[in-house]
Amino acid sequence: MLRQLHVALRTGIVTEPAPRDADVERLGVRLGDELRRVFGRSLAIRHVDAGSCNACELEIAALTGPHYDLERFGLHIVASPRHADCLLVTGPVTRNMAEALLRTWEATPHPKLVIAVGDCARDGGIFRGSYAIVGGVGDVVPVDAVVPGCPPSPVAILAGILDVIGRLY
Amino acid sequence: MITDVVLALAQALVGAAGAPLLAGVLRTLKARLMGRRGPSPWQPYADLRKLLRKEAVVSTTTSWVFRVTPYVLVATMLVAIVVVPVVASRTALPFAGIILLMYLFLLGTFFLALAGLDSGSAFGGMGSSREVAVAALAEPTVILAVFALALRADTTTLGGIVERFAREPLLAANPGHLLAFAAFFIVMLAETGRLPVDNPATHLELTMIHEAMVLEYSGRYLALVEWAAAMKLFVFLTLLANLFFPWGVPDIVEPVPVLLGLLALAGKLAVLTVALAGLETIIAKLRLFRVPELLAGSFALALLSVTAVFLVP
Repeated sequence: MLRQLHVALRTGIVTEPAPRDADVERLGVRLGDELRRVFGRSLAIRHVDAGSCNACELEIAALTGPHYDLERFGLHIVASPRHADCLLVTGPVTRNMAEALLRTWEATPHPKLVIAVGDCARDGGIFRGSYAIVGGVGDVVPVDAVVPGCPPSPVAILAGILDVIGRLY
Repeated sequence: MITDVVLALAQALVGAAGAPLLAGVLRTLKARLMGRRGPSPWQPYADLRKLLRKEAVVSTTTSWVFRVTPYVLVATMLVAIVVVPVVASRTALPFAGIILLMYLFLLGTFFLALAGLDSGSAFGGMGSSREVAVAALAEPTVILAVFALALRADTTTLGGIVERFAREPLLAANPGHLLAFAAFFIVMLAETGRLPVDNPATHLELTMIHEAMVLEYSGRYLALVEWAAAMKLFVFLTLLANLFFPWGVPDIVEPVPVLLGLLALAGKLAVLTVALAGLETIIAKLRLFRVPELLAGSFALALLSVTAVFLVP
């Protein structure tokens, strides 16, 4: 156990520098000043899998690790939509998950954001037109921003969230 | 009288305003030990500010218990902060002992367990049953560990114990004192929902204890619940710092000694916080069914420490 502490102390901080403005694609969606003041320093994220293949989940999971570390921006992932300010929705919305997604959205207190992550969440992606899906996330709940990619890289997701809350300058 | 009122207000202010910082520093330290940059130590204040500005969604199946619980939690914790010797061995309620303090904690736990059941969510009820089981096992240890000190100091009031040990440091040079400290430290982990009993950072509903009960809270209610949880951590760490190591705790209430007492408290809390962050980095969460073994172990330590009062003069 002490060896673990020793390793932790010797390794130091491995978090990479924050994504810079020039490196990432801007989503072009900005919150109003009031919301930016509220969410700029603290944003609780609830991830909703609406029928994803789990590729986007892997990229989101990487955000919580030491390399991308979303906590340093005051973002954190929470376990309940009641605690959340932002829903991070992945995958095309399958018929079985449409109701669940809508209820999650209703359970989230105002003011709230919805960010659709990945091409499937944008418009159904490769599943577009399938009888098994309702469509993109925007067909079920109002979407504030879309992070494109299949799957989008962790940096792109991080930059997308930071762009929406106005932390990317 | 005036002194007592000022002292009570000062303690409440220090505890209520400082508790989120304590929780934030702990989170930052743990992140650093994991190799992450981590949130700023001031992050809990930003979270609380945001939550207070948000709407509160309350399930239509809940009763008044759900809405009243956050206020009960904050109220009991504020009283607990006034009862504990924070900056001086004298407190505004000099008669207050560990029994009053323990039942203040349990009042909050009782209401939180009811609130967990109230919304009818499966996870809330599971969290409540776990919390009550842990509380029932931890309660006798808290009381017994402090009784070991009380027997040695010939008083059950918290202020009296601190004053006696501050005046006669040699009283603490006893194996019973260390045993009581170890027992109290373990129940502190259980009572405040830290590893290895509960994981404050978990997102997995199946492993939650405290978090499971507050899953249904939102907006200002959640802010109050989180604030109360931070204050509970503050009260327990302050008890560990001042009761077991009462060095630098003044026995007179005057501005300069009280400020020095505050500095001493900050130093002791810093040491305890670093130790807690290090401990949480190197240990894993215990399987739920092994938690009673840990708490039984701490009870045995507390019992031994009481025995030591009579065996070792």
